[in-house]
Amino acid sequence: MAQPKTLFDKIWESHVVDVQEDGTCLLYIDRQIIHEITSAQAFEGLREAGRTVRRPEAQLLVPDHNVPTTDRSLPIENEESRIQIDLLKENAEAFGLPYIELNDIRQGIVHVIGPEQGFTLPGLTMACGDSHTSTHGAFGCLAFGIGTSEVEHVLATQSLIQRPAKNMRVTVDGALPPGVVAKDLALAIIGAIGTAGGTGCVIEYAGKAVEDLSMEGRMTLCNMTIEGGARAGLVAPDRTTFDYVKGRPMAPKGAAWEQAEAYWRTLPSDPGATYDKEVTISAASIEPQVTWGTSPEMVLPISGSVPDPSGEQDGNRKRSLERAIEYMGLSAGQALTDIRVDKVFIGSCTNSRIEDLRTAAAVARGRSVADGVHAMVVPGSGLVKHQAEEEGLDAVFKEAGFDWREPGCSMCIAMNGDMLQPGERSASTSNRNFEGRQGPGGRTHLMSPAMAAAAAVNGHLSDHRELL
Amino acid sequence: MDKFTSLQGIAAPFPMVNVDTDRIIPARFLKTIKKTGLGKNLFNELRYNEDGSEKPDFILNKPAYREAGILVAGDNFGCGSSREHAPWALIDFGIRCVIAPSFADIFNNNASKNGMLLIALPQETVDKLMEDAEKGGNARLSVDLEKQRIVRPDGEVIDFDIDPFKKHCLLNGLDDIALTLQKDDKIGAFEDARKTAQPWA
Ligand code: SF4
Repeated sequence: MAQPKTLFDKIWESHVVDVQEDGTCLLYIDRQIIHEITSAQAFEGLREAGRTVRRPEAQLLVPDHNVPTTDRSLPIENEESRIQIDLLKENAEAFGLPYIELNDIRQGIVHVIGPEQGFTLPGLTMACGDSHTSTHGAFGCLAFGIGTSEVEHVLATQSLIQRPAKNMRVTVDGALPPGVVAKDLALAIIGAIGTAGGTGCVIEYAGKAVEDLSMEGRMTLCNMTIEGGARAGLVAPDRTTFDYVKGRPMAPKGAAWEQAEAYWRTLPSDPGATYDKEVTISAASIEPQVTWGTSPEMVLPISGSVPDPSGEQDGNRKRSLERAIEYMGLSAGQALTDIRVDKVFIGSCTNSRIEDLRTAAAVARGRSVADGVHAMVVPGSGLVKHQAEEEGLDAVFKEAGFDWREPGCSMCIAMNGDMLQPGERSASTSNRNFEGRQGPGGRTHLMSPAMAAAAAVNGHLSDHRELL
Repeated sequence: MDKFTSLQGIAAPFPMVNVDTDRIIPARFLKTIKKTGLGKNLFNELRYNEDGSEKPDFILNKPAYREAGILVAGDNFGCGSSREHAPWALIDFGIRCVIAPSFADIFNNNASKNGMLLIALPQETVDKLMEDAEKGGNARLSVDLEKQRIVRPDGEVIDFDIDPFKKHCLLNGLDDIALTLQKDDKIGAFEDARKTAQPWA
C-alpha cells in the first residue's frame, strides 16, 4: 500500500513543478491576492526588467490596508495613502489584472474577500503579500504569506521557490464550552506552543472541536497560525467547507463542481499519516482568552491575573516579561478584569465576518458603550457590512453607541488614521499586540468579538459569559 | 540583487527576543512605494522620542554603533508580518547581516532576496558574539560566506550552516525570477497538465 500522506503532503506534491538537487522546490501557485502595501515595488520590479504577468486571471487586486473607514464619497485625505491606492489601480490596468475598486461592494480585507468570492478553494495553493494569508487554510487551501520580492516572483512566474515544510498536527479533542469560540482556541494554542512553536511547519488543525467549527471559526483559527510561527495552517475540507464554497461567484459550477468536489474529498490526511510534531489540546478546559502583554503568546484566561516576572528563571524571558508589563502599564498580580480600556476595535481579517459581528451584537444589544470608551465596528468587506445591515446589526451597534464603519484593515494595523494615541489601551479582535502595532505607545489586548463587546459596555476587560 | 560575499564590521548587540517586524519598521512607514529611504525609521519607536529627537541610550544611536553593519540578535528575530520593508529598512541603515539563534520564516526569505545574510547559531555561540558586540568599535566581526565562517575579534573561528541554494544566490547576487524563468517550459507543461486534470483550478 502507498505511504499514507497528510493533507499538506497531498497539496504540496500536486504543485511541485521542479525539484533541484538540494531539495529546493519550485511550487506552482494557483492564485494570488494583491493589496496596496506590499505590491508597488513588485510591479516596479516587473517594469524595470520588462517582464509581464504570467497569468493575469489568477490574480485579484483590492485595496484594504490603507483605506479610510469613513465616508467613501470623500477624497482620501492622506496624500501618501491616496498615491498608494491609486497606484494599485494603475498597476491593475497597466498589467490587465482583475481589480476590485474601493467603492465596490465586494471591497474588503484580502482574507475576507478571497473566500467570499470563491477565489479561495480547497486543494489550491495561494499566496498574498500579507502574513495572515494562512487564513485561507481553513478551506484546505495551502496559503502562504510572502514578501514583495515573492509577490513579484509569483506575478512573473506563477510559482514560488520553497523548501518543503514539516508536518505538524494540533488536535483539539472534545467540544468547546458554551461562549468559548475559535479566537479563544487560537489564542490558547499560541499560549501552549509559543510564537515560535510552529517554525518551519505547516500546522494541520484536527479533532472534534475543529470539525465542529463553522468556516468563519476555521478562518479565525487558521488566521492566527502565523502567530504560532508556522508557515501555513490547514483544516481538512468537509461538508461545512463545500456548503460555504458552493454558489460563490468564482467557485466552479455544474459538472466542474462535481469533479472538483470529488477531488476535494480525497484531500484529508490518510489514516496512519505521520507528523513531525504533534500537540493535543482538550477543548473542554479552554476559557475565554485575553492577551495581557506585547506578544500573542502572553495570553491568559480572563479569570487570570498579570504574571509576576520575579518567578522567571530565564534571564531573557524575565526581561521580556518585565518590559511587557511596563509597556502595557500594568502591575504583576493585577486581575485581568481590572484592566480598563479606552478603545474597542471589532474588525480585522481575524474577526470581521458576519458570525463575529453577530456574537458582538448579541452582547451589545440593549446595552451601551461605557462612558469614555470609543468602540468601533469595522466589517471585513462591503458584503459583510451589507449582510449585517440586512440583519439589523448596524442598528444594534449604533443604538449601543458603537461607531459603524466602512470595511478595511483599519486599527488592526493603524495605517489609515484609525489608531490608538500613546498610552491608550484597546480591546481588539485583531491578531497582533506588538508594541506600537495599533499606534505608537498604544496598548493592545486581543480577544474574541463577544469579549471585545463586553469590554466596550463594561469599560474594562470582562468575561462576556456574565452578560449572556 | 546585491551580492553578499564577505563583511567585516561593527556588530551591534540586540539581545531582545521575538523582535517583530512592527518593531523593525512600524506600519505607518509602509506608505512608501520605494524600497529605499526606510533606514531613518528603522526601529523607530526604540530609536526616537515622541518629538523626533534621538534616544541616546538606544544602541544604534550610540557613537560606537552608528556604523554597525551586523546585528547580533535574540531568538525568533523578524517574527510577525510579511513586510519586506523590514529587511529594506535594515539594509538602508547599513545592516547586511544578522546573527541570532533563530529567525521567523518569512523574514528569512525576504532577507535573502535582498542580499542580506542571516546566520542562525546555537544560543551559547550567539551569547559569545553578543559579548564581542558589547565591546563596540574595537571589536569587529568578520563574516565570510564562501567559507561559511565568522572570525571573532580574538581570532576564534565559528563555522555556520546555510542552505546551499541560498548561499549560491547570495554569493552571485542572483535574481530568483531570472532563474525561475529558465524553467518556463516546465511551468508551461505543468499548467497544461493541470488544465486537463483540474480545469477549475
Ligand atoms: S486586518 Fe490586519 S492582519 Fe489582517 S490583512 Fe489587514 S492588516 Fe493584515
